Amino acid sequence: MSDVQRFLDRLTERNAQRAASQGPEPTWIAARRQAGAARFEALGFPNRRVEAWKYTDVRAIASADFRLATDAEFSPATAAALTLPVAAHRLTFVDGVFSASLSQLDDLPQGVQLMPLSQALEDNHEAVGGPLGRLTGVEFSPFSALNTAFMEEGAVLRLAAGTVVEKPIILQFLSRAHDAAVMSHPRILVEAGSRSEATLIEHHIGEDAAANFTNLVEEIMLDRGAILTHYKLQEAPLSDMHVASIHVEQGRDSRFTSFNLNLGGGLVRNDLVTELNGQGAEANFNGLFYGQGRQHVDNHTLANHNAPRTFSNENYKGILDDRAHGVFNGKVVVKRDSQQIEGFQSNANLLLSDRAHIDTKPELEIYADDVKCSHGTTTGQLDEEAVFALRTRGIDEQTARGLLTLAFAGEVLEQVTLDAVSERVELAVAGKLPERFNLAGLVETAVALGEG
Amino acid sequence: MLEVKDLHVTVEGSEILKGLSLTIKAGEVHALMGPNGAGKSTLSAVIAGKEGYEVTQGSITFEGKDVLEMEIEERAQAGLLLGFQYPVEIPGVKNIYLLKAALNAQRAARGEAEIAAPEFLKLIKDQLAFMKMDGSFLQRAVNQGFSGGEKKRNEILQMLVLQPKLAMLDEIDSGLDIDAMRVVAEGINSLRSADRGILLVTHYQRLLDFVVPDKVHVLVDGRIVKSGDAQLAHELEARGYDWLLEESAA
Repeated sequence: MSDVQRFLDRLTERNAQRAASQGPEPTWIAARRQAGAARFEALGFPNRRVEAWKYTDVRAIASADFRLATDAEFSPATAAALTLPVAAHRLTFVDGVFSASLSQLDDLPQGVQLMPLSQALEDNHEAVGGPLGRLTGVEFSPFSALNTAFMEEGAVLRLAAGTVVEKPIILQFLSRAHDAAVMSHPRILVEAGSRSEATLIEHHIGEDAAANFTNLVEEIMLDRGAILTHYKLQEAPLSDMHVASIHVEQGRDSRFTSFNLNLGGGLVRNDLVTELNGQGAEANFNGLFYGQGRQHVDNHTLANHNAPRTFSNENYKGILDDRAHGVFNGKVVVKRDSQQIEGFQSNANLLLSDRAHIDTKPELEIYADDVKCSHGTTTGQLDEEAVFALRTRGIDEQTARGLLTLAFAGEVLEQVTLDAVSERVELAVAGKLPERFNLAGLVETAVALGEG
Repeated sequence: MLEVKDLHVTVEGSEILKGLSLTIKAGEVHALMGPNGAGKSTLSAVIAGKEGYEVTQGSITFEGKDVLEMEIEERAQAGLLLGFQYPVEIPGVKNIYLLKAALNAQRAARGEAEIAAPEFLKLIKDQLAFMKMDGSFLQRAVNQGFSGGEKKRNEILQMLVLQPKLAMLDEIDSGLDIDAMRVVAEGINSLRSADRGILLVTHYQRLLDFVVPDKVHVLVDGRIVKSGDAQLAHELEARGYDWLLEESAA
């Protein structure tokens, strides 16, 4: 049986189960499911001859036989230990299945609708059917087609005009260790009304031995003046595989700030795309990835300047150790007549081992003349003068290198406004450094000092 | 405590130090003066272990141990600390990390346990106040975006926290306005003690009005050509270096 057929068979099986238990679906969903399946069948899994997948081999996904989880059982104690310790509105999914008991939805402020996708479909499927798929269609990639074929759970967030949400909203995805691995296809829809403001955290984490596949599609629509800070905190187990596309549409004067913090996952591919459609719209893409062992982390970003006076700013940093492989592909496209654009992009990478590897490719496509754009990429080792300066203070060479590595990550983390996230990531980076560096204690001191 | 004997140092093939000898005892403050290009900074760089300096002859011992055989960090751990003329900016490394890592490295080398967090914080806060530095400075990256004066104060702060046995300060007075000079000088004076040696490397006599040295040496063309007490510095201020250059050439 071909790889594609095996996935399609799972889909047929699932559709039959669902029909038996829930009856027929709204026709638009069934139609899109079919379109997704047809598109996926036509495309197949991407191979490395396809430019967008040149450096990322997905055979580990294609060749596996993933089941679909049917329950959301998870030890509350384990969940509590994994959960980001911040007061938040929270939706939790276990292998893609919604867990009401691990969610926190009771004190949603006025103007905020936050619910699992299944609930949103049940309440008013037509209100979902309009926006869903508008940004990420089945054409985007074989994985977006696959997601559309399988979609049934995920999250819907709607912010009424002028709503400011103080507490962050967390979408927590827990991955369980199974004898037979599972897959999930979460679908997230965010509609932020004009001048609304919120922080959304997508958090992927799980049990150490988990080896599941998550294929996520997220569509975010920002109305005029809306401000959204989006975190993707990737702490999935090291055997988990993860493909995600996040597609943003920005209206006039809106601001989208992304923190893509990638620590976990064995095979991770992120596509982050923003459409800057209204004047004054601004997108900030901040990224930090740390790969070790045989981790593979691929970040593709795209900023489409479709309107004049739009701004994009990108800063991605990678730290790669052991035999880890990183990919960065950042593209800025300025449409014809989109004047007075500013688009800046930078990618810096630090290789801690001879066998670590990065493929980095910044791309600018500019069809207007009044623009300010720049891009740059560096890959290298640590500043030897700084290593020397630290050693003259009695700090041994390994610790000095550890400190400087932490500092490299710090340049992204200092942009993070949510302390709980920046401290967690900084600690994780300190902890991931070879043990002899033993920097975790230092970070704790600095945190204590900041609080004291 | 520090004994430099007949030191010859070559940088990129040319000899900079040509038989320098210097002995510093505990409790003494020495000033090493000299015109530009005499090799003043070379001495402290060699003692600190900077790369690119080749010792072709002579020896440096510190408390009887061969300094040239020690790793860079071992020298600092043993109590030899250099304050840089141009302190290096280290983006992203917070001052607090540097100070704590350095202090603990020193303690570990002495077989002591790591310093407890409250004790460390108190120590740091006291020294910061002494150097008239703001607490927020601890969370800032080492020297990044610091003014010249802030960088130099930071070097002294590190000395105050690490309490070296021998503090070497390379042109610590350059780029300081008079207020910063006073703070830095007060810092240096507070380091003076019966069991510590201090070596000030300086071009001008200015700093020596605030920190009065026990001994002054004049370095010309890689050798110490004259030694004396604080009075010698005043003489240099009045007469410049030329008379010594002529004397040494003769």
